[in-house]
Amino acid sequence: MARLGMVIDTRKCVGCMDCVVACQTENGVPQGHNRDWIRYEYQGRFPTLRLEIRSERCNHCDHPPCVSCCPTGASHVHPFGAVVLVDAKECIGCKACLASCPYDARFIHPEGYADKCTLCVHRVEQGQEPACVAVCPTRCMYFGDLDDPQSEVSRLLASRPHRSLLPEAGTGPRIFYLE
Amino acid sequence: MIEIVSTRHNPLIDPGLSVWGWEIPAYLFLGGWVAGILVLSGFLLATGRHARRSCVCFGMPLVGLVLLSAGMLALFLDLEHKLFTWRLYVTFEPWSPMSWGAWILLLVYPVLVASALMRPPRLLMDLVPGVRRLSGRLGGNAAVVRAIGVAGMASGTALGIYTGILLSALGARPLWSSAVLGPLFLASGLSSGAAFAHMVARDREESEAMARADNAFLLGEVALIALFLVGLSGAGEAHAMAAGLFLGGPFTAVFWTLVVGLGIVMPLLIQSLAVSHRIAHTAIAPALVLLGGLALRFVIVYAGQYSHWPRG
Repeated sequence: MARLGMVIDTRKCVGCMDCVVACQTENGVPQGHNRDWIRYEYQGRFPTLRLEIRSERCNHCDHPPCVSCCPTGASHVHPFGAVVLVDAKECIGCKACLASCPYDARFIHPEGYADKCTLCVHRVEQGQEPACVAVCPTRCMYFGDLDDPQSEVSRLLASRPHRSLLPEAGTGPRIFYLE
Repeated sequence: MIEIVSTRHNPLIDPGLSVWGWEIPAYLFLGGWVAGILVLSGFLLATGRHARRSCVCFGMPLVGLVLLSAGMLALFLDLEHKLFTWRLYVTFEPWSPMSWGAWILLLVYPVLVASALMRPPRLLMDLVPGVRRLSGRLGGNAAVVRAIGVAGMASGTALGIYTGILLSALGARPLWSSAVLGPLFLASGLSSGAAFAHMVARDREESEAMARADNAFLLGEVALIALFLVGLSGAGEAHAMAAGLFLGGPFTAVFWTLVVGLGIVMPLLIQSLAVSHRIAHTAIAPALVLLGGLALRFVIVYAGQYSHWPRG
């Protein structure tokens, strides 16, 4: 089984928010909600400042706490690419998954169920890239199978320094950031 | 220095997690209280201490039914996708404490009903003749009474621990990430049950016994709170920061004043004086214990949502 993930080059990302708009358009994300977002992180003191811009979303963790805490099985790991998904028709809106996510990547859809990034699995199953990856004007986002050593994402991770977010939370995030 | 700007603005998530309002702490408190009622009533039934006519073990399960129903109503009000609530009962998810809780609640109801049937109120027996017959059959068989008592103790313990495990399984909130929360909530629930029994017992001897039991539970709570804070403080940066919320942080005053001061220390002092016959037994100490139990759930739920992993 593939283990889909993303690699994002923070040196190329300019924070244009195209990925955010593409996600909202592709997935009909309700106004006032975000499945992905931009985070600007300023470090240091003037004049030695460092800025990192990151496109963030659900990390589709290897050990997703949102799945294990779900009382109905609505949160599940999809057989295709081990993507973490929510079945709206099984979700009772208890919000345990929202509280269990160290990245705060989930939200409650106005219709009442938990919602989040799906890695555009409906597109990927058709052989396309996720919408956010497809529209990125600087091509800073890479998508593929982390278990395939020949995939672009695996080769980038093998050749460039990188990190994931909050690895100490122990969830095994599968979105990586090149530094 | 680090300055972070995020374009995310999800309701209940940003700027800080606030997914659970008053409903969940109220439910956890009522669930814990019912757990205490079940364990104590069960103990009195299982050990044959229910011989006296006015034993609290007969009336408390009825109150427990009302309290648990109120708690489940609060839980239902918290759900965002209410029409799909039935989904809880078409599956069992062994890794989800909430799934365990849903099934435990289903087990607790019949045990509460069976305990209440030991000696139901006269009005109910007059209205429904079958109740008198059933009560006679159940209460007349010592083995059945003992079995109901044991079932009450077991299901009450499970319910009390589950209310804490529900939170402690959510490791993304460092304050909740402690195995002590289960025993702490159980001790608080037992204390609430004992305080209530102390307040309503008509028999003086039984009232005193319940006050003594409550003192023991309150002391246990103090020890567990100490373990909770010591454990978090030594468990790394994120958890130490979470413990700091009660040790100088924004929840310090409310935690030490309402939960520990008024909810534990004060009633412990009053009840110690009462059981040594220096002052009369009043409803003040039990009322403080119940308020302290409610404050504990509110403070832990709200502070837990405030706590988070430090992020760069």
